[in-house]
Amino acid sequence: MTPNPVQVRDLTKSYGGFMAVDGVSFDIVAGETFALLGPNGAGKSTVIEILEGYRDRSSGDVQVLGVDPQRGGLDWKAQLGIVLQSSGESGNVTVLEQLTHFAGYYPNPRRVSEVIDAVGLGEKAKTRISKLSGGQRRRVDVALGIIGRPKLLFLDEPTTGFDPAARRQFWGLINQLKAEGTTILLTTHYLDEAATLADRAGVIVNGKLVDIGPIDTIGGADARVPLVRWRQDGVVREERTPEPAALATRLYTEKGGEVPGLEITRPSLEDIYLSMVAAHEKGAADASDPAERESA
Amino acid sequence: MNTIQLGFSRTAYELRLYFRQGDSVFFTFLFPILMLSVFAVAFSTSGNIGAAPDGSGGISWAAFYVPGMVAAGMLLSGVQNLGVDIAGEKGDGTLKRLGGTPLPVFSYFMGKIGMVLVSSVFQVILLLLVARFAFNVELPTEPEKWLTFAWVFLFGVITSCVLGIALSALPRTGKSATAVVIPIVLLLQFISGVYLNFAQLPGWLQNFASIFPLKWMAQGMRSVFLPASFEVAEPSGAWDLGLVALVLGVWLVVGLILCRLTFRWIRKDS
Repeated sequence: MTPNPVQVRDLTKSYGGFMAVDGVSFDIVAGETFALLGPNGAGKSTVIEILEGYRDRSSGDVQVLGVDPQRGGLDWKAQLGIVLQSSGESGNVTVLEQLTHFAGYYPNPRRVSEVIDAVGLGEKAKTRISKLSGGQRRRVDVALGIIGRPKLLFLDEPTTGFDPAARRQFWGLINQLKAEGTTILLTTHYLDEAATLADRAGVIVNGKLVDIGPIDTIGGADARVPLVRWRQDGVVREERTPEPAALATRLYTEKGGEVPGLEITRPSLEDIYLSMVAAHEKGAADASDPAERESA
Repeated sequence: MNTIQLGFSRTAYELRLYFRQGDSVFFTFLFPILMLSVFAVAFSTSGNIGAAPDGSGGISWAAFYVPGMVAAGMLLSGVQNLGVDIAGEKGDGTLKRLGGTPLPVFSYFMGKIGMVLVSSVFQVILLLLVARFAFNVELPTEPEKWLTFAWVFLFGVITSCVLGIALSALPRTGKSATAVVIPIVLLLQFISGVYLNFAQLPGWLQNFASIFPLKWMAQGMRSVFLPASFEVAEPSGAWDLGLVALVLGVWLVVGLILCRLTFRWIRKDS
């Protein structure tokens, strides 16, 4: 059995005394799409850049496609696709020129025209990158990330600046890559994107991995308890219950008719994620006493 | 593609970018030609330089400035152009992106040097055409002079490129690159016999300038473009082409070592 394409054990990264990444461990199995979620500054990009070989870790063990990223050579890089959070400026070449040139770096690239069509830039192929909109340039970044037919694709906030239609189209592209067996590590601020694309997710807050698992288990079962909301005497009431229909029926019976403002909702991934982040950030603030931190 | 083929692919790509980038083409590509024109016009009524006491002989100021401007072009294309260009690519994320691809660093360097070589050949041809036809400068006809021209040019441009790549590590940001690089090349041009007559500089300044490669590029080019009667004006009384090769060779090696030691796709942990 071949080892998992990404193996991270007790990864830490400190800048001076600041722990940007603090004891993170996870695996990504072959063919899986794994989303790394977390607020700005939580350490997502630091983790992804350590895996890409851009940053050295402070401690821990990392294997990416069986190689320590700090020692990754050109053959190793040829198997990766990297879409960075911010793109480089090469504005004075056309989309076609840029992709044709980059395709030459890889031993077994995809066909340039196919990639351009896949990211929806077919009509812009002969336009200089400097003349494209922000979202269109981002699609060039994605195209450059997949041109080399990577085994492992890193996507660091890939759809920032996309309009909703472009995002949908991008999701289609990622699903196509998944179907071809590409392993994907994704960071995103859009929880619906993570829910649509990822098989599993990890949540990072303050450098620590606070939860990991299949998307529909993130936050645990308790966080998914449905919420019933209704209006009583002009006041909005709400109650969390695993049996919302029973509660609604009881309200209906008590009232002897329709219940005003009745809603039954299940917390979305976004609701769960936000309450989780808030809880952990509060926890970290409470523990900001240095003595407690030492013992933690 | 192998490393060498990728180097040629990079050269073509870099040339395309270079000539599409209007401002840098103007400032580094046409700069020596503009400066030659300025000096030729400014001194056009000053008679000839190196004339006999009776006013006969000598050469025009335009002809006198040709070797210095050729040398300045070599230095600017390599050191200034690449020093600023690469620092800028570091700043805007271009290098970070390349560092995530299987592009060998050597191919990247080859692309930069190839781009400079090709553009500076065009530059020097244009410069010599302007000198010949706009300012009526006599160009040498002896094949051995053009042979000297060829090796000093090639050697000088490649050394300048390597030093430019090494220098690009110095600016902390892409924006500060011009502030770091331009004073260095400007100072060198003033003390190395590009703008000012080297023979008239004080001895200590001549000695100081002799540490740096531009003085030797200019001297090599003077041996090509100035008449033999100017040879006695050199500090040693000779063109010293052997020393030109030696000093450029030393700087090439120093530059290569610096590149090897300092070049990184990105500053880790910045």
